[in-house]
Amino acid sequence: MRRVTTVIIGAGHSGLAFSHCLSDRSIDHVVLERGEVANAWRTERWDALRLLTPNWLSRLPGDEYRGRDPHGFMTKTEIIDRLDRYAQRSLAPVEIQKEVRSVVHDQLGYRVRTQDEEIQCRSLVVASGACNLANVPSIAADLPRQIESVTPLQYKRPSDLPEGGVLVVGASATGLQLAREIQASGRQVTLSVGEHIRAPRRYRGRDIKWWMDAIGLLDVRADEVDDLQRARRSPSLQLTGSADGDPLDLNRFAADGGEIVGRFSGLRGRHAMFSGSLAHHCAASDLKMNRLLDAIDAWVSAQGFGDFCPPPERFPPTRLPASPRLSIDLASDEVRSVLWATGYQPEYPWLHLPVFDRKGRLRHEAGIVAPGLYAMSLPFMRRRKSTLIDGAGPDAGELVEHLVTSLERRAA
Amino acid sequence: MQTDTNRQMTAAERADAPVVDNGINIEALLDARQALTAAPEAAQFTWRATCQWQDGAHSRSTVHGFYGLGAEHRHRERFTIEADHPEVFAAEDKGSTPAEIVLAALASCLTAGVAAVAQHRSIQLRSVEAVVEGEMDLAGILGIDSEVRNGFSAIRVFFTIDADASPDEKRALIAQSQKRSAVFDVITNPTNVHATLV
Repeated sequence: MRRVTTVIIGAGHSGLAFSHCLSDRSIDHVVLERGEVANAWRTERWDALRLLTPNWLSRLPGDEYRGRDPHGFMTKTEIIDRLDRYAQRSLAPVEIQKEVRSVVHDQLGYRVRTQDEEIQCRSLVVASGACNLANVPSIAADLPRQIESVTPLQYKRPSDLPEGGVLVVGASATGLQLAREIQASGRQVTLSVGEHIRAPRRYRGRDIKWWMDAIGLLDVRADEVDDLQRARRSPSLQLTGSADGDPLDLNRFAADGGEIVGRFSGLRGRHAMFSGSLAHHCAASDLKMNRLLDAIDAWVSAQGFGDFCPPPERFPPTRLPASPRLSIDLASDEVRSVLWATGYQPEYPWLHLPVFDRKGRLRHEAGIVAPGLYAMSLPFMRRRKSTLIDGAGPDAGELVEHLVTSLERRAA
Repeated sequence: MQTDTNRQMTAAERADAPVVDNGINIEALLDARQALTAAPEAAQFTWRATCQWQDGAHSRSTVHGFYGLGAEHRHRERFTIEADHPEVFAAEDKGSTPAEIVLAALASCLTAGVAAVAQHRSIQLRSVEAVVEGEMDLAGILGIDSEVRNGFSAIRVFFTIDADASPDEKRALIAQSQKRSAVFDVITNPTNVHATLV
């Protein structure tokens, strides 16, 4: 049986960032990857996806963006290339096509079994991603048989969907982006809208993520928020990776001919039912957007930067249909497919340790799961940007410090 | 993503202000939330009402017992709610219509929510009034037009809030109150209802 100090599961951005930090501290380790580097980007993302953060804000340990387009947004192919190059440059000990089948306790620490060997390690890093599964409500199984049910992990392009209308459920970054691209493809889209957070791509001459970084929002730490559980469940901002400043919002979607309805609340017979809460969710979202803009304006004033950027601006409120539809007859031909953009969750079927809560979620304190066991890139794990590429560096750096200290303590 | 920086800053500024009292014991609510997170079975409640037909459209509902926190409980007293139809429906008008009771329930639920959220956000309320309107086409309940639903076609709630808060902060109270309202959820989302003869 092989022995290494640390096993990292997953060679995406967070596993590679962790590996880079371990190498800096000369900790011997391997990165086990079920497919290839950046596997989820290669196999589980739609064609037109771009990163939601500008290139300059996608920093990895020892790897600042040095390309010609710092304000652009990487395409899926560019992200894959970037991570490939990063793995090579950092000499990350990645072993591809190694599928982890089980992780159990062991006298040394943990024992990891892949399809062809067992590895003993003193510490283990779960960097297998936060979006392994698409959340699909159980009622999806009761949809009429002629309606195709699709998740964003399966969806690649509009032409893969059957001809005819599409019901997109969920209006965060994924749902609204896909609703817009499907509507643009000539299919009629109905978008079911629950809790969401509207945000302009650009504000006062800068990218919104530039502002969030500048005013310190992205660096807010997990122990600094009032209600961490709520922060961890918070939906993604309605943003798309596009530098032309074109906002991804419900007004724009409606102007393109899309229809918005309330939160998907269930099936009654052959009818999909939508909540009457659309006005509430849109009003709440506009308020949240304006609070973010207020915070930016306050920061600009406090810094005395007001003369150096365009004046504050407020966007028209979300326009609602006079009477949003409360149901759609699924037996009519109006809708032929349903795309569930209802969030993602991680999955650890191989992790045979008592580290889960009653809802099957990994329990952790700021990424520390158990002695010698660490997680990466979970929502608001250590800071607001923990799920961003830019958050992997600081999180990995701190967790590697913890890992090294624990090793030294045990050695002493 | 939470974008509540502004709210947190305002709360910090308010730290020196006089103590806010909206008559809500926020500590007890937060303690209950923590306790019920740890013991999810205790969070299972059953609410009950008993309705006795009086005469014509007139009925009297009483609420007294309910189940929760793993045990039976009783209100301090037996509360009664009279329901009837107005004289324009050829009834005796001995109480509000059941549909009006639904509107009142929504208003009460949202108003209690506004008070609780305001307390949590250190906003002193002086007065809160909610006026609720429900649109209804009687062609539904009278069976004149099968395409018209029996219930409300739209409900509007108008809040007037006197408090030490900006208009957007007041709007945020209303938004958060809807987010956590049982009756708002009951009205906006379908619920399976089973009525049987016992």
